[in-house]
Amino acid sequence: MATLGSSPLPAETSVLSRVSPASIPQPAPRHSAFVRFTHWITTLCFFALLVTGIEIVISHPRFYWGETGNVLTKPLFQLPIPSSRKMVPTGYGYVLPDQNGWSRALHFEAAWIAVLTGLLYVIFGMLTRHFRKDLVPSKSDLSWRALLTSFGKPLRLQPPRAAEAFTYNGLQRLTYLFVIFVLFPLAIWSGLAMSLGFVSAFPWSVTLLGGRQSARTIHFFVSLALVLFLLVHVGMVCLAGFWSRTGAMITGRTTAPKEHV
Amino acid sequence: MINLSRRKLIVSGLAATAGASGLVVGARLAQKYGLIPPDHGGLYGLGETLTYASQRLLTRHSMAREFSRSQISPRPFPNELGPLTDDFKRLQVGGFADWRLSIDGMVHQPASFSIADFKSYPSRSHITELTCEEGWSYIAEWIGVPLSHVLNLVGILPQARYIVYVSMEPGTWDSIDMADALHPQTFLCYGMNGGDLPVPHGGPLRMRLPRQIGYKNLKFITRLTVTDSLKGFGKGLGSAAAEAGYAWYTGI
Repeated sequence: MATLGSSPLPAETSVLSRVSPASIPQPAPRHSAFVRFTHWITTLCFFALLVTGIEIVISHPRFYWGETGNVLTKPLFQLPIPSSRKMVPTGYGYVLPDQNGWSRALHFEAAWIAVLTGLLYVIFGMLTRHFRKDLVPSKSDLSWRALLTSFGKPLRLQPPRAAEAFTYNGLQRLTYLFVIFVLFPLAIWSGLAMSLGFVSAFPWSVTLLGGRQSARTIHFFVSLALVLFLLVHVGMVCLAGFWSRTGAMITGRTTAPKEHV
Repeated sequence: MINLSRRKLIVSGLAATAGASGLVVGARLAQKYGLIPPDHGGLYGLGETLTYASQRLLTRHSMAREFSRSQISPRPFPNELGPLTDDFKRLQVGGFADWRLSIDGMVHQPASFSIADFKSYPSRSHITELTCEEGWSYIAEWIGVPLSHVLNLVGILPQARYIVYVSMEPGTWDSIDMADALHPQTFLCYGMNGGDLPVPHGGPLRMRLPRQIGYKNLKFITRLTVTDSLKGFGKGLGSAAAEAGYAWYTGI
């Protein structure tokens, strides 16, 4: 990246550079406009999918493996939560209100927007070499020492060095690639495998996952993994400096966190 | 940073105009080819329409997965039933001999059928999964007469676009498009797992659509109306479920 070699500009200079004549070269934004745009659309969709997904699970908090499963079959496991259906044996003496109508509608609408945004992201990412430049780790990034350091430092609550505001370390790169190219596709696949219409056209999409109920259980665990990623992601943003990192994802401009200036 | 040249302005203006007119043309075409669901309005209309349109383009003729006899669930779970009406109980006492399904609307010959009539037609069966929107499912053998067979008997008019079906359960009705109505796996279902369709599963007669979610598979159906528009039915959203906030199209 062009900004990597140059020394990070203090906040005041970058504000000045905004109003300076075009002849003075602008630093490349930390995150390109399409990355910022797709990031926040995906964030919105993710929260919509999460809330509605939880609501749908509440109507049947039991999970199975294989093709079929219902209250008359033994579950793989059951979440220890109350349900919005009185036929589900939960051990709670009350039934929650049914929210499935709008939850399903919003879940699928958010899924559509997320998938279309994701497609746009992957196409732009290839055209602009975003994946190769920003996300594919270099050989040196992948040494055990480098990865362990990246893993250990945040565990000791050490904030990243100032230069790290302008690039990702190997562990971050691997994590983002895993979320983008493994977890998101798996969530989409296992979700589609629950659509009766979709699987009538592509029956292998559900048989490869081991059946309808297996697909539902996989969808649940992939969602859990994504929630775990979200928590760590936000935790790391806070450690690195919430406003500087979040600001970079909103405006594209980054400033080294104050304590390092 | 914002440095709009005249060329950029003209190009983006043209692109915006092309995009907007493309949307209008797309909407017209979608309407013409029946890709807009009746509940396309409101906050979730975009999602409903994308799902329905894409599945109609993708799955018009695709078949629901069928299973082997050994995969039939030993204990199929009938969902909770509302209280049965007195009219229903009277018919039940008579072994449903007086149960009638009437067909009216855009047909050459309005008619009414008994369960015995349906059983006299060539019977079909498929072993398919019934799936609830809550997430659970079971597999059963479903026996019945294809809806298309009965529609051919009464002769539907060429302008027909939807079949509205009404249950004996108060306030319960739904509708399907012709792609589903004429689909070979769509049954007027009177039997299950080798026997008559049990009452908890919707006996004596249930709509069976293996490519759609359980709540679309209405139990206790007594009336079909063939129509070219859903506007005159209820609030025009296509089903009682849609009026209660549940999607009209449930292939997802």
